[in-house]
Amino acid sequence: MSAQQVLFDIPGPKARIRHAVYTVLTLVGFFVVLAIIYLGFNRSLGEGAPPLFSAEAWAVNPNGQWAAVRWQPFIDPATWTDYVIPGLLNTLTAALWAAVLALVFGLVFGIARLSDHAWIRIPAGAVVEFFRGIPLLMLIFFAMALPLAVNQVRPLLGLPPLQPGTFQVSALAAVVIGLTLYNGSVLAEVFRAGINAVPKGQSEAAYSLGMNKVQVMWWILIPQAVRSMMPAIVAQLVILLKDTALGYIIAFPELLRSFSLIGTRYGNVIPAALICAVIYIAINISLSRLAIWLEKRNARSSKGGTKGTALPTTAASGTFGAPGSTT
Amino acid sequence: MEAFFTNIDKVIDGFSWTVRLALFSALFSFILGVILTAMRVSPIGLLRGVSTVYVETVRNSPLTLVLLFCGLGLNSALGLSLADSVAWDVFWWAVIGLSAYTACFVSETLRSGINTIPVGQAEAARSLGLTFTQILRLIIIPQALRTVIGPLGSVLIALIKNTTVASVAGLGVQEASRQMKLMFDQGIAPVLPTFVGFAIGFLVLTLPVGYFFSWLSKRMAVVR
Repeated sequence: MSAQQVLFDIPGPKARIRHAVYTVLTLVGFFVVLAIIYLGFNRSLGEGAPPLFSAEAWAVNPNGQWAAVRWQPFIDPATWTDYVIPGLLNTLTAALWAAVLALVFGLVFGIARLSDHAWIRIPAGAVVEFFRGIPLLMLIFFAMALPLAVNQVRPLLGLPPLQPGTFQVSALAAVVIGLTLYNGSVLAEVFRAGINAVPKGQSEAAYSLGMNKVQVMWWILIPQAVRSMMPAIVAQLVILLKDTALGYIIAFPELLRSFSLIGTRYGNVIPAALICAVIYIAINISLSRLAIWLEKRNARSSKGGTKGTALPTTAASGTFGAPGSTT
Repeated sequence: MEAFFTNIDKVIDGFSWTVRLALFSALFSFILGVILTAMRVSPIGLLRGVSTVYVETVRNSPLTLVLLFCGLGLNSALGLSLADSVAWDVFWWAVIGLSAYTACFVSETLRSGINTIPVGQAEAARSLGLTFTQILRLIIIPQALRTVIGPLGSVLIALIKNTTVASVAGLGVQEASRQMKLMFDQGIAPVLPTFVGFAIGFLVLTLPVGYFFSWLSKRMAVVR
């Protein structure tokens, strides 16, 4: 039921009037909410504020959040070069590291969960389920406390405690470790589902050509699984990027921390929060668009793929020939 | 594990806040999510637009930012207070932030559920003369809910895990992860057993929810 028009009849004259009334009511409600937000941050609400319907209440209060002074810092290039861009770079650094490591972690554990050997399959499953089931923030806190943990464990093993300063976990490392373990576990499930979704005939055909398990996995199953799971992978990477903001809590100087510093320095919490939100939303929506575009492209080419199955022999000799010859 | 169990009262106190956060946020985000979904498919273009913009904006902001906005912006800067004691004041602001954020995911899930319902259902309802609200209330939402029980369970699990973000500065709800951090920092309990203990605590909360919802989704599945 994709078309929304299915849910209601085409409005007649009466319904059109009713819809117009509802539209006006919605508009009124919308502007009331906007006015409350405006007045609230303008410090024109509550005790000691001027009466609601006076010009004073609605004029921009120089002590409020909407005063030009509060927005001034964002015209100053130094704000961007000193706070925003370093913060953005830190966010992107953490996200990039975590994305690469999580993809590797996900691929390794996704395949390990499909292993024929129970001694690989079961521990891998336990690791994935454990990291997927506990909050990311706890993993980050734990990563921060790792040096402490090592020093508490070493005496039990009869080892001397570490010299101070030899083993430290930076805030960046803690964020990357946490993001890798959590998103890697989610990606492991994505890869596993993708590999399971490849038609059985693919691996059977590959085995009958004499490939071994590693070759079937690497040349036949993973490429097809990655292609079909691309939208889910990109969606998870969007979540990963968004979750770098958790670094704020452990004082990692990422984008949100930069804006919070701006907010405390210039007393402009609300303008800073708004601009910060706009940057995050712009990055995430463009990544989501990429996921949607990939999905559409995928849907189109898989239609072509069903046509392609009519001539399997040419496809087989073309793609399967190369790996056979290399080994 | 001994030091962990000597501090068990702190652990239980932490998890009691976690559970309260999750329960209230689940309730409010479900209500708000249903309203947002109804707006999203309504005949009135403006309502559809408001719902779409809200969902896309809040869904794409980090939860930390949303909760920080509630804590520093609405609570501290605006001076809005929801309860007399500080602990409950920040608790209710955290609930508002978590609900506002989670409602977007509830709404997206429900909307995907509506998309799975055969067109004939709505056409039959319309030909019987039902109005838009009747169609939604009696025909569409009950069926859509049944098809998305599983995904809604995933949203609830994500919510339970997201309650940890309520420990962010400016709110500082004393929930489980904050208690764990405090126990690390004060050095009153060894790190490794404490972490394992709290992790088990969260698994105890999330795993049964997952199993319950997958059982429920099988039981309530619509046979077509």
